[in-house]
Amino acid sequence: MPLNKNPEKEKEYMATKSLLRRESELANKKRQLEILSNGIFQSGDLPKFADKIAESNQFPLKAKKIEILQINVGYMCNQVCSHCHVDAGPDRKEIMTKETMQQCLEVIRTTGAHTLDLTGGAPEMNPNFRWFVEEASKVGVKDFIVRSNLTIIRANKKFHDLPEFFKKYNVHVVSSMPHWTRGKTDKQRGDGVFDKSIQALKDLNAVGYGMPDSSLKLDLVYNPSGAFLPGDQASLEKDFKKALLEDFGIHFHNLFAITNLPISRFLDYLIASENYEDYMYSLVEAFNPSAVANVMCTNTISVSWDGYLYDCDFNQMLELPVNSKVKHISDYNEDLLEGRPIVISQHCYGCTAGAGSSCQGSVT
Amino acid sequence: MSKTYYDPADLKKFGKISDWNEELGAKFFDYYAKVFEEGHLTAREKSLIALAVAHTIQCPYCIDAYTGDGLQRGITKEEMMEALHVAGAIRGGASLVHGVQMMNKVNKLEM
Repeated sequence: MPLNKNPEKEKEYMATKSLLRRESELANKKRQLEILSNGIFQSGDLPKFADKIAESNQFPLKAKKIEILQINVGYMCNQVCSHCHVDAGPDRKEIMTKETMQQCLEVIRTTGAHTLDLTGGAPEMNPNFRWFVEEASKVGVKDFIVRSNLTIIRANKKFHDLPEFFKKYNVHVVSSMPHWTRGKTDKQRGDGVFDKSIQALKDLNAVGYGMPDSSLKLDLVYNPSGAFLPGDQASLEKDFKKALLEDFGIHFHNLFAITNLPISRFLDYLIASENYEDYMYSLVEAFNPSAVANVMCTNTISVSWDGYLYDCDFNQMLELPVNSKVKHISDYNEDLLEGRPIVISQHCYGCTAGAGSSCQGSVT
Repeated sequence: MSKTYYDPADLKKFGKISDWNEELGAKFFDYYAKVFEEGHLTAREKSLIALAVAHTIQCPYCIDAYTGDGLQRGITKEEMMEALHVAGAIRGGASLVHGVQMMNKVNKLEM
């Protein structure tokens, strides 16, 4: 790992490069899984996830009918957020090819799923993103989501028309916004992100996104900016709405409160800040058995940039493939995937804490 | 007895006080949960009051708990510090207002 002697430069390096680029040991997925299985979980101080869900007779956790097809079109991103579970950034080169997109389109045309969810990285940075959206929109999926980080809209002139583009294809925009204040937002997502996000939200509002009674859906995602769990989703939504409207005249529809899962860069942060054990205690303490039945892996399939299938985006990043004969989008078969046992580890506590957490926010 | 009076890990064991008196423990925790529900005051406002009181009574467990609670609720550090100054003002004021008593006494005794 290249080390800068100047602490400021070292800090800048850490804030602008992925774990993979930094050659961090946590870029190794096996190492992450070891950390999640050793220590407090090995010593028995905390119960393993499998044992915990077994207490309420929910082991093994099994997949139901697939309702959401989540496709990760690449790990490249214009931001390097300190909590990112993808370890995304400008230095990531994993990008879905047009050929894999074609295979995804075949599935989108035949799937019984009602929701198509495109994510990344910044999905808009995939050179075939617009073609893919155009083709996918022809299928007429009920809910077509693009997870946009907002700043991409302001990052370069070629992205300025994204709000119009999204509108043309009636895309449901889901965007990250960790707080309604500049300080908290920039600390998590990088300097200048707050101002650019505000401008991007205004651009989206200007074409009708997020406006009251508008059918152009604009939802925000809230991730805590630190080693703590999200509070009540409805209360946070109320506070976000009030602050964004009063301070900036911004409207949006729903807020999804998502718990940070202890993997990748967030795991790196937890360990470096000596918060890992306390955070895991908080997750286990907040374990909610009634959230287990609705965790997103039970009705979602996650497709990676190279077409492989996972129970969720987190398992994708841990390289834990689906436990099924069907491994790749080219062999996709919904009947065979239904009922598969979900691959779990201790990171799964993140989705069952409190009101539960999923890409659509709370699950209870 | 451990070598320090306070151990952060003890906060997680708060619920154990019910082990030695289940009835009163249960009543206390029911009451506690009810107090912090959304009422005429929002749960957010109650969290800030709790934080200020925690500092007034200088309870490290409560400071730990309500700093975390505030962060979860999206309360900013500026709001938290303002709440603490309210606690500080009342504490300082409580000392200073007794100055009137001192002044009364001086005025009574002095010629």
